[in-house]
Amino acid sequence: MMTDPMIELAGISRVFGTRTVVSDVSLRVAAGAILTVVGTSGSGKTTLLRMINRLVEPSAGTVRVGGRDIRTVPPHVLRRGIGYAIQGYGLFPHRTVAENIAVVPRLLGWDRRRIADRVDALLGLFNLDPAAYRDRLPAALSGGEQQRIGVARALAAEPPILLMDEPFGALDPIIRGQARADLRAIQRRTGTTIVLVTHDMDEALHLGDRIAVMDRGHLVQEADPAALIGMPATDFVRALLGGGDRAFQLMALRDVDDLIEPGPAPGAPIPAGTSVRAALAESLWSQRPALPVSRDGVLLGRVTRAALEAQGARP
Amino acid sequence: MGQESATGMHTDRQPADRIAEGLDPLGAVLAALLAVGLLALPLIIARPNRIAEGTALTAWSALPAGQALALLAVSALAAPLLTLRIPPPLRLAAGAAALLTLGLAAGWAADHLTPPGDRYSRISLDSGWWLASAAAGLATGDGLARLRPGPGMRVAALAAVAMLAGFALRSGFWDNLSVMREYAGHADTFGREVRTHLGLALSSVAAAALVGIPAAILARPVPSLRRALLAGLNVVQTIPSMALFGMLIAPLAWIGRTIPGAAGFGIAGIGPAPAFVALFAYALLPVTAATVAGLDAVPGPVRDAATGVGMTGRQRLLQVELPLALPGLLTGIRIVLVQNIGLAVIAGLVGGGGLGVFVFQGISQNAGDLVLLGALPTVALASAAAVLFDAAIAASRTAEPRR
Repeated sequence: MMTDPMIELAGISRVFGTRTVVSDVSLRVAAGAILTVVGTSGSGKTTLLRMINRLVEPSAGTVRVGGRDIRTVPPHVLRRGIGYAIQGYGLFPHRTVAENIAVVPRLLGWDRRRIADRVDALLGLFNLDPAAYRDRLPAALSGGEQQRIGVARALAAEPPILLMDEPFGALDPIIRGQARADLRAIQRRTGTTIVLVTHDMDEALHLGDRIAVMDRGHLVQEADPAALIGMPATDFVRALLGGGDRAFQLMALRDVDDLIEPGPAPGAPIPAGTSVRAALAESLWSQRPALPVSRDGVLLGRVTRAALEAQGARP
Repeated sequence: MGQESATGMHTDRQPADRIAEGLDPLGAVLAALLAVGLLALPLIIARPNRIAEGTALTAWSALPAGQALALLAVSALAAPLLTLRIPPPLRLAAGAAALLTLGLAAGWAADHLTPPGDRYSRISLDSGWWLASAAAGLATGDGLARLRPGPGMRVAALAAVAMLAGFALRSGFWDNLSVMREYAGHADTFGREVRTHLGLALSSVAAAALVGIPAAILARPVPSLRRALLAGLNVVQTIPSMALFGMLIAPLAWIGRTIPGAAGFGIAGIGPAPAFVALFAYALLPVTAATVAGLDAVPGPVRDAATGVGMTGRQRLLQVELPLALPGLLTGIRIVLVQNIGLAVIAGLVGGGGLGVFVFQGISQNAGDLVLLGALPTVALASAAAVLFDAAIAASRTAEPRR
């Protein structure tokens, strides 16, 4: 059971004029977890996110961060403790990469040495050579590099929380996959609590420990990926999931490691950690009813097609 | 044809096309103007005294044969060069050579046509000289612009031109020209009027910046306020300057009479005060509108990110929005400064001083050269201000995408 949520939304609503954009949403995000908020445009997901760092003030309800009502903290102080990365990246075009990353540490009054070290460490973390990138202006970066600098800036002051609004929306599909994987890897290392808004259900399933589905201002379901696929709460959630290939979405979430059984199988082994979906595809493609599984060159056993297929069953 | 030239195919082309492709359109027009000015129009107008009827003279009759030949030879070399697609440095050299010989010709002609010891004859530059000089000047500027000069080079070019002109003026080379005769007659007041003129133009723009920029910053986020501000300033802009002076006489005279000390600052119905107020009022809209436009051009995600990372409103304004709005803002101030240096001439109408004094005296005395004594320095000052500000804008833009 969830104790001490990092972020807690209690009955929050937001009304713009006569339009209710967010309606009575309650959510808890555990420390170190990734919550993805998914919905169509106009579903209120971005407004929901912006209420966590007071870029939008709720019309009703309470937001607590680290157990504290955020209304008791001045907005700019609150925001310096919460990372914020957005779709257009919003890099400052007149500042270098290093200056962009250093914005929050500088606002917090870190000393020069510590800021420089932190900038170099972050560039390294995102696989960008500090010497080559530090003094570049954002206009001299590719889209993927700008995206990474945007996230690096959000993480610069080591905030416990990171808010992301469609951070991969402007990337092409190949770079997007890599950026998602990088984010997961970095999140595992830093233990940052992340709330990520996306319109892409695949992205939400892939990244989220929990997924919140928004529909016209209402939170219609909040669940872990398997439960969401297995038991969509409404037709809207089902439609977002795409209906037809739920079995495969479920298989994509799981890996083969738990299905390994002793015994021989023909052909080249697949590596441990392969998703069930990819393993099944390989089994069908190479016409092998069972596949050997290895880790670091050591044969662990085999998975059978029947065992793989069983993973697609409704939970 | 565009496609053919893009693919670089030169095989089956009409001869006429090939010739046309080698021509530079702007250069051809300028060369034609240069030729018309020198060959078809009078270069110099000579009068025995300030009010007598003049005689228009072409280059051959205004100059000794050798010097006329030099002028025509340099121009005959420069003009065909300008019509062709030649590299920018050569274009610059051709234009500058033509301009330089025209400047020399003006001095030579004045010396040639003035009888020794004569103080009354007036040798003025006529339409041919002005047209040819304008063409040569534009060709020089065009050549310079095609070199894509950096801020430093532009300022250096301006300094070179200023030093050359200053040297020619000081040496007395042009002293027999009627403009310089007028200068000799007004030398005692000329420097003071130039200072008054610049002071009026600069102080009104500075005041407009001090009021307009904060007003724009405060009013921009509030749609109703912003509309009201820009609409109100637009109305001011449409009031003719003469009408504005008329409207200002009564209230300023009243302030000068009633508020203690106001008269000591020169506040009165006529004089520098109404001129300053009018120039300030005309400068306010461009400065304010440029600030609003510059701030509007800051990308939404950048603004959002600045707030999102925890900048206060003031930090966001000073560290992000104003630096990004600066090139647009400077462009607005440049337009206004150049405009006000020209507009400050009207201060001469209401006793505000400045170079307008010579312009309006010249008009009332029907002395065209006295008008020029006011107008030429005004043009020179406005051009110099434009060059300096362009250099500053270019320098401020280096903060933006360099590729």
